[in-house]
Amino acid sequence: MNEFITITIDDQEIKARPGEYIVAAARRNGIYIPTLCNMPGVHPAGSCRICTVYVNGRPMTSCTTPVAEGMEIETRSSDLEDFRRSVVELLFIEGNHFCPACEKSGNCELQALGYRLEMMAPRYPYQFPERDIDASWPKLIKDHNRCVLCKRCIRTILDEEGHHIFAFRYRGHNLQITIDPEYGKNLTDELAEKAAKNCPVGSLLYRGKHGFETPIGQRKYDKEPIGSDVEKLKKVKVS
Amino acid sequence: MDTKWIEKTVDRYGRDKTRLMDILIEMQQEKGYIPSDTLPVIARLTGISQAWVEQTVSFYHFFRREPSGRYAVFLNNSVVANMMGREKVARAFEEETGCRFGEVSEDGLIGLFDTSCIGMSDQEPAALINGKVFTRLTPFRVREIVRNMRAGKPVEELSTSGYGGGSNALPLIRAEVRNNIQRKGLLLEENYETGTVLREKLRLLTPEEVIWEVKLSELRGRGGAGFPTGLKWEFCRRAKGEKKYIFCNADEGEPGTFKDRVLLTEYPGLVFEGMTLAAYAVGASEGILYIRYEYKYLERYLNHVLEEMRKKNLLGKNIAGIEGFDFDIRLQYGAGAYVCGEESALLESAEGKRGEPRFKPPFPVEKGYLGRPTIINNVETLCSAVKILYFGSEWYRTMGTEDSRGTKVLSISGDCRYPGIYELEWGYTVNDILDMAGADEVQAVQVGGPSGTLISPEEFSRIICYKDLATGGSFIIFNNHRDILRDVVHNFMEFFIDESCGSCVPCRNMPWLLKQKLEKILNGHGVWKDLEDLEKWPAIMKINRCGLGQTAANPVITSLRNFRALYEEKIQKGRSFDEGFDLEKAVEESCEVVGRIPLI
Repeated sequence: MNEFITITIDDQEIKARPGEYIVAAARRNGIYIPTLCNMPGVHPAGSCRICTVYVNGRPMTSCTTPVAEGMEIETRSSDLEDFRRSVVELLFIEGNHFCPACEKSGNCELQALGYRLEMMAPRYPYQFPERDIDASWPKLIKDHNRCVLCKRCIRTILDEEGHHIFAFRYRGHNLQITIDPEYGKNLTDELAEKAAKNCPVGSLLYRGKHGFETPIGQRKYDKEPIGSDVEKLKKVKVS
Repeated sequence: MDTKWIEKTVDRYGRDKTRLMDILIEMQQEKGYIPSDTLPVIARLTGISQAWVEQTVSFYHFFRREPSGRYAVFLNNSVVANMMGREKVARAFEEETGCRFGEVSEDGLIGLFDTSCIGMSDQEPAALINGKVFTRLTPFRVREIVRNMRAGKPVEELSTSGYGGGSNALPLIRAEVRNNIQRKGLLLEENYETGTVLREKLRLLTPEEVIWEVKLSELRGRGGAGFPTGLKWEFCRRAKGEKKYIFCNADEGEPGTFKDRVLLTEYPGLVFEGMTLAAYAVGASEGILYIRYEYKYLERYLNHVLEEMRKKNLLGKNIAGIEGFDFDIRLQYGAGAYVCGEESALLESAEGKRGEPRFKPPFPVEKGYLGRPTIINNVETLCSAVKILYFGSEWYRTMGTEDSRGTKVLSISGDCRYPGIYELEWGYTVNDILDMAGADEVQAVQVGGPSGTLISPEEFSRIICYKDLATGGSFIIFNNHRDILRDVVHNFMEFFIDESCGSCVPCRNMPWLLKQKLEKILNGHGVWKDLEDLEKWPAIMKINRCGLGQTAANPVITSLRNFRALYEEKIQKGRSFDEGFDLEKAVEESCEVVGRIPLI
């Protein structure tokens, strides 16, 4: 069996490893496909839909679709870019995101995507939902206003026996994240910190740290846009 | 709390977390709701976290977290129910019980709740009371029923209405549901004895030959998507796996659809035979009929039919005398979630989880139930497969059209004289069907339910087939007196809002935003820009994961395309901006309280 297969991304032939997801193959080749719910190395959720690309003409999420020989992938059509911006806008209007007051500002992937995708005022009306801040846990604060329901906490924060500490509750428009009453109470510092780190926005905050230790303006996405690290790979290759 | 009882129930399902649905359904039925203190016990026994149990509980409409009354009334709020007088029935319930919908009466006796289409569109308004179906409700009957509740009568004796025809009157069902079979074709004819194909045909055919015959017939999935059935079976046969499963999808939740209910009532043997046939073809050993909670009243009857089939060696070991052909079927009930009709959401649900569609690939034929190769076929598809084997694919192909062979069972409801079940060859025009059903002054027809298309008289010469007007069976007729936007489109959008699983960002939000826009227009605040938004915004729905999400804006899209004039007449002319709300009116009350005249 060949070690690599050939796929085409935006008219550029690239080598991909059999079985890897499109988004990963693209990344290794310096092509940035915006993602939000996805985390490298974690089983994908395919829920935010930002990474949607056309695979042989059909819209598919690149974080959930494995590469196949001869695949033709389009990542940059004007409608795809508009869909991506729409998703970010929908996330902004569905919750209550006040960047200037948020501990995660500058490290927030949603905010960074807003900049990167050049979102101006959302085309949709703000919903200003009434949501709670749950500060009842010893190690964590869960701010539902900022939650984007990406499932990262659900997927990555499990105890040693594989019990889920985070879960969804309700469905549709009422969907929210809950914390297990038992496991939430006894959450270790290590897991709480990991949960906060994995949260792409400021919805999960670790109590052991100060939110503003690194000042706003000197944080990850303050320095360079999201996706730059991926695109640097390509620049190195080209030169 | 009596934890012994919970333990017993969970033990009965082998403490298996994948049987969580069954465990919760038993709790719900026993207590009338799922008390909070049962969750940690279930979690401990099945080895999952409490949050994980609650994730499943809170997903399904019929799992209640609070006491819901000794009699829990779930009154259908589908579009057809409204057309047939639901409003008056609902008001009668509220007046008689003294509580509003969404509440329980003070004495805890009666709870009133809304529910999505319960599969009785040919006999609305209809309700489920403690799982029992009541149809053709009127305010008079409501008063009678509530009186009987107050007298403490068992739910079986609440109604004075007689039982419906056919099997509905059998002691194991005893429902007032009517079949309303208006037209019969090869599926609904009566002179076929269950098991004939298994007994007489199968021993002469290899599994490959069965698949070949189904392929030759060009049978396509009857749930709506139309995937070639023979091909699906072939993929599953080829898939590697020690154990394979046959699922029959009886979750029909598309509003206006009720044909599976009739097939399961009158031809359950045919359905089970179809599953057994599929099992032979792909080499499966276990079958599961996933059936919606709304059809709980059929449970005892269906289990009895399965038992009879086992006795006749049509299920079990060495079926029909074929050495080594072992297969059996069990029922798996849902608990109220339209999205579980999507095949991968159905599998999630059957595994005890929230009904969230999976991403594909992998497809269920490779990795389905419990990660094993699985076939999921619609009730009607499986029935058709049996008839194809019985009569031969050649004969089957003589019916229907070039791209749609055979027959389709339509569920016809709404404004017509003869609502009910019509089995037709594919290829009739909408006009033909309206004529058959006795419909006059027709303004619009919804083909394929809310996820389908709303068409106007200009399109009534279009034909029912996969290539033109594809449908899973729902066919709802609206006459000239109906307010299409207010009564139909708005209702459908509420339906999609209620039924989205919420995982994909566009599906979680867009139906809600479209409904707000629609309400703005209906309230007289609409401007031209709002129509433009309604036209542009839904484009994003195509990037949702599943069929529900991809079609959840269809009511707006298709009504705007085919009934644009209705929208245009409701928007303000000569005004380009309207914030959509009346400030003067909004502050009216507070001004009155403080005695001030608003400075606007």
